Amino acid sequence: MSMVLNDEQRMLQAAARDFFTTRLPVGALRRLRDTQDADGFDRAAWREMADLGWAGVLVPEAHGGSDFGYAGLGQILEEGGRTLAASPLVATALIAAPLLARAGTAAQQDRLLGPLAAGERLFALALDEGPRHAPAQTALRATGVDGAWVLNGVKRFVLDGHVADEIIVVARTAGSPGSTDGLSLLLVPANAPGLVRTRVSLVDSRNVADLEFRDVRVEPPALIGAPHTGYALLEPVLDGACAGLAAEMLGSAQEAFDRTLDYLKLRQQFGVAIGSFQALKHRAAQMLCELELTRSAVLAALVALDARRDDAALLASLAKAKACDTAELVSNEAVQMHGGIGMTDAADIGLFLKRARVAQQSFGDAGFHRARYARLKGF
Amino acid sequence: MTTEDEFRADTRAWLEAQCPLSMRTPMPEDERVWGGRHASFRHPDSRVWFERMVGRGWTVPTWPREYGGGGLSAAEAIVLKEEMQRLGCRTPLFGFGISMLGPVLLKYGSPAQKAEHLPKIARGEIRWCQGYSEPGAGSDLASLQTKCEDRGDHWLVNGQKVWTSYAHLADWIFCLVRTDTGAKHGGISFLLFDMASAGVEARPIKLISGASAFCETFFTNVRVPKDQLVGRLNDGWTIAKELLQHERGMISEIGRAIGATVPSVDVVAQRYLGDVDGRIVDPVLRDAVARHVMDDHAFQLTLRRAAEESEAGAASGGLSSMFKYYGTEQNKRKFELILKCAGHAALGWEGAGFDESELLACRTWLRSKGNSIEGGTSEIQLNVIAKRVLGLPD
Repeated sequence: MSMVLNDEQRMLQAAARDFFTTRLPVGALRRLRDTQDADGFDRAAWREMADLGWAGVLVPEAHGGSDFGYAGLGQILEEGGRTLAASPLVATALIAAPLLARAGTAAQQDRLLGPLAAGERLFALALDEGPRHAPAQTALRATGVDGAWVLNGVKRFVLDGHVADEIIVVARTAGSPGSTDGLSLLLVPANAPGLVRTRVSLVDSRNVADLEFRDVRVEPPALIGAPHTGYALLEPVLDGACAGLAAEMLGSAQEAFDRTLDYLKLRQQFGVAIGSFQALKHRAAQMLCELELTRSAVLAALVALDARRDDAALLASLAKAKACDTAELVSNEAVQMHGGIGMTDAADIGLFLKRARVAQQSFGDAGFHRARYARLKGF
Repeated sequence: MTTEDEFRADTRAWLEAQCPLSMRTPMPEDERVWGGRHASFRHPDSRVWFERMVGRGWTVPTWPREYGGGGLSAAEAIVLKEEMQRLGCRTPLFGFGISMLGPVLLKYGSPAQKAEHLPKIARGEIRWCQGYSEPGAGSDLASLQTKCEDRGDHWLVNGQKVWTSYAHLADWIFCLVRTDTGAKHGGISFLLFDMASAGVEARPIKLISGASAFCETFFTNVRVPKDQLVGRLNDGWTIAKELLQHERGMISEIGRAIGATVPSVDVVAQRYLGDVDGRIVDPVLRDAVARHVMDDHAFQLTLRRAAEESEAGAASGGLSSMFKYYGTEQNKRKFELILKCAGHAALGWEGAGFDESELLACRTWLRSKGNSIEGGTSEIQLNVIAKRVLGLPD
């Protein structure tokens, strides 16, 4: 297993850093927030990202993708995390692409993967139904009626739910909430009758929506994979989501840390830089340790996912748990060490704090992933 | 097959053929082989294993063959380590000559010093101890006072060292001495001498764990030949600091090696807390155990990444401080967690009512407290990281 980036990944990282710092700096998110932008992301910038091949990083070349793998996409997500860039990368490129590429029917792949890789069609995964990540608790029901599926229920905090063209819905077709058995994956067009989408404003100014399904009817070709086996198809994709999101969180935490370090060297009190105080130095050094451990876990998870190794699930939970704890530590310390300035809206550091907490809750927090890691390890 | 795959296959085959089965079990501390003039092999197979590894140069895998080493690249040495871990092979030889002195002698030693000392370290013939700390020079090591005077045809050493690990069992000492009282860091030299010299006395210190691995070491008019000073006069601090980096790596290693003879935290937790369907019943401790095991996992991945980055020429400085700090703090957390899970069973001091692993857990818990003090305290490591890696001002 290589824990060092190859040339291709390093070039991708450099290109991504250049793109995000010039095209989508932190100020871009601030602008989307302050203008109450209806989309919550910059469509022109997304087209440029697609032109760079980033929408299709996890799409096979045969379907117009660039096939750079999770380790490649991780570099882009990490750099995007540094500038808190809002884009469809996570919902469309990180989650929908591998799900369709692995589990979609030939007809679904032919119809959707090309436009996905071209950045022309956006996707959302409608999974959680409450405030905390809990796939097994899925209650939204899809019932077979006259050969079609009829969906009833609600999905909450769906990433890109208000802008997606296609919603991948995790529906219960058998069994009862509490079990991961009996789930099915259904493709629902965003304009399906009976589907109501309401954008929800979270503290990080990014994009989520609540979805309500009232007798939403889709035909059998909407089914991804076999019925009732949706979770087995979904789980490796969620592992990818966790590793990729952890990469984004690592980028955000690293940037918040770098900015804080600059401030410690700049800010003078008692006639000296506050970074000369041992109380702050030691905390900064401890944060560095946590960032380095997180970086290793994230990279190992991305590499294991690309190699489809047996320990990919374990490493994905390790990466997400470490990223959550490190993001919480660093974002809190960053605000504290910035002092009063850190409490102002004018300073960017608060935006890192806000984004960290939302990302922590997406696809399971540290506690969720520690419990999962323990289960996978047999204790 | 790549060359690395071939090397791995050859190494695996050799280890499987040559490592006695009894040497593939966790090693009790008293079965460690330290070599030296009074070498003891408490387990009879340990001598066989030791001699086979010496013959291969694998007591010091990366040292040049001319000095008794294996001549392996860093990448090959990692493969060897991984294959040894896979089989559970015991480390064939321990010693501060291997882990601390050797690497700096290779860099700073004269050709004669290298030819004299390195092969004896590789073959386990001489056991070394480290003369660094003094009663008045702990974290502020450079304030050391042990006096070394130039007496024409020899050096004359007077003073006292403390926390000298295994000084009472060692054959030679590498010692920091003051050769100039006018400069602090610039008045220190790096001296080697025989512990059998007249005027050397080592007195073991009893520790909270009941063990006596450390000594107070006294030097009274010790005569040392002139050619036993390493590097330049008054330039010993450069060597001392570099050696400390090796020491930090070793302490995190040893912490893990000692830890390896005690069952892992999750196994202890399941034994004492009970499990239902394989799950530790107590949810609070289960979360704490998972956190600990995961931090270990991430730490191991970081050691691996650092080794690969160093191989690729992209290593960042200050890493040894980070590893020393994190590895030792993590080892302390391990034993605190074992105590929490095992309750009174891990608090037995001696005698009936406890099994061997429980008594060992208690003593090792106490020993682990020293990990974050020796070789530069955790606080000193954080200072080093802040200065060297983060560039924070003094």
